[in-house]
Amino acid sequence: MGEPRPSDETTADHSRDALTTDPVHQGAHTEHRLAVRKTYKLYVGGAFPRSESGRSYEVTTPDGHFLANAAQASRKDARDAVVAAHAAVAKWSGATAYNRGQVLYRVAEVLEGRRAQFEHEVSVSEGIDAHAAARVVDAAVDRWVWYAGWADKLAQVLGGVNPVAGPYFDFSVPEPSGVVAVVAPQRSSLLGLVSVVAPVIVTGCTAVVLASEERPLPAVTLGEVLATSDVPGGVVNVLTGRTAEVAPWLASHMDVAALDLAGAAPEAVADLERAAADNLKRVRRPDAHEDFAAEPGLSRLRAWVETKTVWHPIGV
Amino acid sequence: MRFDYSPAPESTAVVDIASSYSLFIDGAMVDSLDGSTFKTVNPATEEVLSEVVDAGSADVDRAVRAARAAFEGTWSRMPGRERGKYLFRIARILQERAREFAVLESLDNGKPIREARDTDIPLAAAHFFYHAGWADKLSYAGLGEAPKPYGVVGQVIPWNFPLMMLSWKIAPALAAGNTVVLKPAETTPLTALLFAEVCQQAELPHGVVNIVTGAGETGRMLVEHPDVDKVAFTGSTEVGKAIARSVAGTRKRATLELGGKAANVVFDDAPIDQAVEGIVNGIFFNQGHVCCAGSRLLVQESVADELLASLKRRLLTLRVGDPMDKNTDVGAINSAAQLARIRELSDIGEAEGAERWSPPCDLPDRGFWFPPTVFTGVSPAHRIAREEVFGPVLSVLTFRTPGEAVEKANNTPYGLSAGVWTEKGSRILWMADKLKAGVVWANTFNRFDPTSPFGGYKESGWGREGGRHGLEGYLHG
Repeated sequence: MGEPRPSDETTADHSRDALTTDPVHQGAHTEHRLAVRKTYKLYVGGAFPRSESGRSYEVTTPDGHFLANAAQASRKDARDAVVAAHAAVAKWSGATAYNRGQVLYRVAEVLEGRRAQFEHEVSVSEGIDAHAAARVVDAAVDRWVWYAGWADKLAQVLGGVNPVAGPYFDFSVPEPSGVVAVVAPQRSSLLGLVSVVAPVIVTGCTAVVLASEERPLPAVTLGEVLATSDVPGGVVNVLTGRTAEVAPWLASHMDVAALDLAGAAPEAVADLERAAADNLKRVRRPDAHEDFAAEPGLSRLRAWVETKTVWHPIGV
Repeated sequence: MRFDYSPAPESTAVVDIASSYSLFIDGAMVDSLDGSTFKTVNPATEEVLSEVVDAGSADVDRAVRAARAAFEGTWSRMPGRERGKYLFRIARILQERAREFAVLESLDNGKPIREARDTDIPLAAAHFFYHAGWADKLSYAGLGEAPKPYGVVGQVIPWNFPLMMLSWKIAPALAAGNTVVLKPAETTPLTALLFAEVCQQAELPHGVVNIVTGAGETGRMLVEHPDVDKVAFTGSTEVGKAIARSVAGTRKRATLELGGKAANVVFDDAPIDQAVEGIVNGIFFNQGHVCCAGSRLLVQESVADELLASLKRRLLTLRVGDPMDKNTDVGAINSAAQLARIRELSDIGEAEGAERWSPPCDLPDRGFWFPPTVFTGVSPAHRIAREEVFGPVLSVLTFRTPGEAVEKANNTPYGLSAGVWTEKGSRILWMADKLKAGVVWANTFNRFDPTSPFGGYKESGWGREGGRHGLEGYLHG
């Protein structure tokens, strides 16, 4: 870590104080003013609805302090999110790789600009101090930038021209598979989250993301970032709520093409994989030892693309 | 006036078929521990060719244990360079014994000797040759510095291209350092059992390749065996889904090559004669027993009449009959069960209102036969436009605009292959981009090559076979 940024001083101090009083809302400890608390909502189709079920649930710090009420998504919310994601596929996958790269980079810019808010939410959600939270936000922004740069390189790295034994021009290209349902990592509320969302959308797929159940606040805020950074509505949809309740609906939904089980409970994986078999979703199994701080490699990108091979005769 | 060819039968003298076969486990042909036996017949004559084992669980278990021992003891420890040399040997032996394999394949499968000779066997050898070269170059496959094999691979293959499917499965698995237990289809086990001899001639270490014959139950026991690390399956989407469910929650990996309902899209500027050849090749090659067969012809309305007249004229020249005759274009349907399915779906096609047409042809009295058949007036809702017939049955639909062609072509849960016929290069690339299929043939159809990834989108399966992409199914980083 280099020089402390201005935000380190303000946010860090506030949040340290705040943890004993009002851990979410900076400024709440001043005596002259009542804080305006944030309502955490879903992010579906570019809008921020509450759950149609009208339910919410309490989000707390790891040591039990109340942070906020988050929307508790229902089956209907999950289906609405899939509809929005499905509708967004054609335009998003049809955008040029250059354009998608630009949009992703714009997300990183806006993320960086909102870093104080993310540092605070990561700190209170994960129970880590402000400096550790700042490092998490650094890594998350850098991770997003890393994936942004893949948009216009993936086809060259994963595609190719095949030297077939005959007079044919034969090439293979990676293509997005469609809607990817993502069960976000449960513990890593921001770095883990961006590590699973960015690879989905950089390929041209769209995402329905089920945020960490206990630590959903950075995910909701990420939705706000996405909504204000040129990502078309529906490309990323963020649901908060009970993983065990919502994940099975995503796993069995016939318009979902692929499933990332990163944050699925070990005892739920078999059932989710079985449900996914109904339409032969591409499934990425959870890795209990996944290190989100390490460079991720191509495995997530590869998981969400199909290889299309085109043959054409050569002649005069 | 009709000029006919004289029969040009291929001699069967090059093949010795034993009256019965045992299982190939740990480098030797061994008797079954708990299996029963069944007969494999020549579908063109219904004559019994031989008796093979319907392997039981003890047989499968013994084969998996042999594969495990070979994986731990020799194959995974061997330098890639040496593994590759074994694969080169196998490729060469297949080339040297090509005629014997081609004849045996035709006898057991019913496919025309011309196709077995010119397509199946050369491609099988080519797959071993291609993958042999990967064995010592795996660090260049884009999967990390030192990608690792999974271990024991359980492989279940179909009856439409018995030796070719064997090579698609075994060659990449071995190149990557895995060992295999392969179950050939119950109606076409003989070339796999002959392949056991090739392994012996190549002096492949014992247990690296094991072959257990049997039906669906044997396949299920292999797929579900707890000591199998990876499953590779080619077959129906229905069975593929069952396999996906069975590996759910386990550490097993799976690759699946499943069904298809390919659209072969013909635009009004396509060269009609070439398109007709492509349509014929697309659906009548190998009696239509091809998962990527062009079973839905989508023809632009303005040329539909002309194209259909030309297609029907061409079909009058197709020669259906004795697979061993080198002039034969369309051979026997592989089994009585498959013939029944083709008949059933064709009858449904008629009942649902499509118009059925076949060229007049005299079918042999014995054996399983179905004439090349064309349905016109097919709507996208008809079952013959939605379900995989896996036979020489073509459904013809029409379209007006490129957008409509794309929409109709993609209107299926499958996504294995598609064809496009047009003179316009920009349209070819536009269509290739829009079609949801793992393989798009433009102005050609049913081309295969070991360097070229093959596999499906959506419910046509998981993963690819062939090329660098195919290796991904047998290695992890």
